[in-house]
Amino acid sequence: MTDSKITIAGVEYGSRLLVGTGKYKDMAETAEAIAVSGAEIVTFAVRRTNLGQNADEPSLLDVISPEKYTLLPNTAACYTADDAVRTCRLARELLDGHDLVKLEVLGDEKTLFPNVVETLKAAETLINDGFKVMVYTSDDPIIAKQLAEMGCVAVMPLAAPIGSGLGIRNPHNIRMILEDATVPIIVDAGVGTASDAAIVMELGCDGVLMNTAIAAAQKPVLMASAMKKAVEAGREAFCAGRMPRKMYASASSPIDGTFF
Amino acid sequence: MNVHVNGKVVPLPADCSISTLIEQMDLMGKRIAVELNLDIVPKSEHVQTQLKEGDIVEIVHAIGGG
Repeated sequence: MTDSKITIAGVEYGSRLLVGTGKYKDMAETAEAIAVSGAEIVTFAVRRTNLGQNADEPSLLDVISPEKYTLLPNTAACYTADDAVRTCRLARELLDGHDLVKLEVLGDEKTLFPNVVETLKAAETLINDGFKVMVYTSDDPIIAKQLAEMGCVAVMPLAAPIGSGLGIRNPHNIRMILEDATVPIIVDAGVGTASDAAIVMELGCDGVLMNTAIAAAQKPVLMASAMKKAVEAGREAFCAGRMPRKMYASASSPIDGTFF
Repeated sequence: MNVHVNGKVVPLPADCSISTLIEQMDLMGKRIAVELNLDIVPKSEHVQTQLKEGDIVEIVHAIGGG
């Protein structure tokens, strides 16, 4: 059985799992977990270089090379549209003109929920500036639709707060977002374990983006492998179409021909 | 002259360019991006871009994040 690939901004990807690079023990673990996850799109943060120190520390881009992966700079820690736009422009320069970005404009530190007003502002500026914007947002179907209509190349509603591992809290909203989707819908944030990722995919989402669920597992590399399988299994189950739920039992063995 | 580099005041010689600053910070050949007074300075312009007193420079790189 073959399934269609996910297409983002005109590029096809075989893997529907997108991963982050934060919270790992070291660069070696980062590299191994990401390789095992099978992810092709990998997100990272943009920060100041340390002044006159850690010059020998390996650079993330040496470990996760732009030649091997589609790198997705993110605007994590940005609380205003202006900061997010600045970050994206620096990222584009950092990646020699690569213009695919993960926009997230946060509302507060406690929830890390998106500030949707600032997100819309930043998305508009970035799209006008030629960026291809994959946007982190709330699970609000109206906003998701607006972001797609503006020209975002993927809409990425949260399943639960970033780093919470609570799993998909409101599958009904995600379903509503999917019903009207005109661009890939990728759940970004909130997945805790493999079954959560499978549920996301069984709902019909085009992909899932996660970081903490892998990096904060007891064995991140093993969890990366589990997530790869869960995303594939969930997608196949969605494409296969699940059986209807029934109130009562339905025997799997024939009733005719019994000899007792 | 004094220039703000990544939030710190750094004393630099008067004719310092962005390339010289990058060299001084041991960042030659690293994957970085430079912003000068909120505008991006493309790599191709690092050599000819001279810094002046009070400039605000941000030099960034990629780090782990989700």
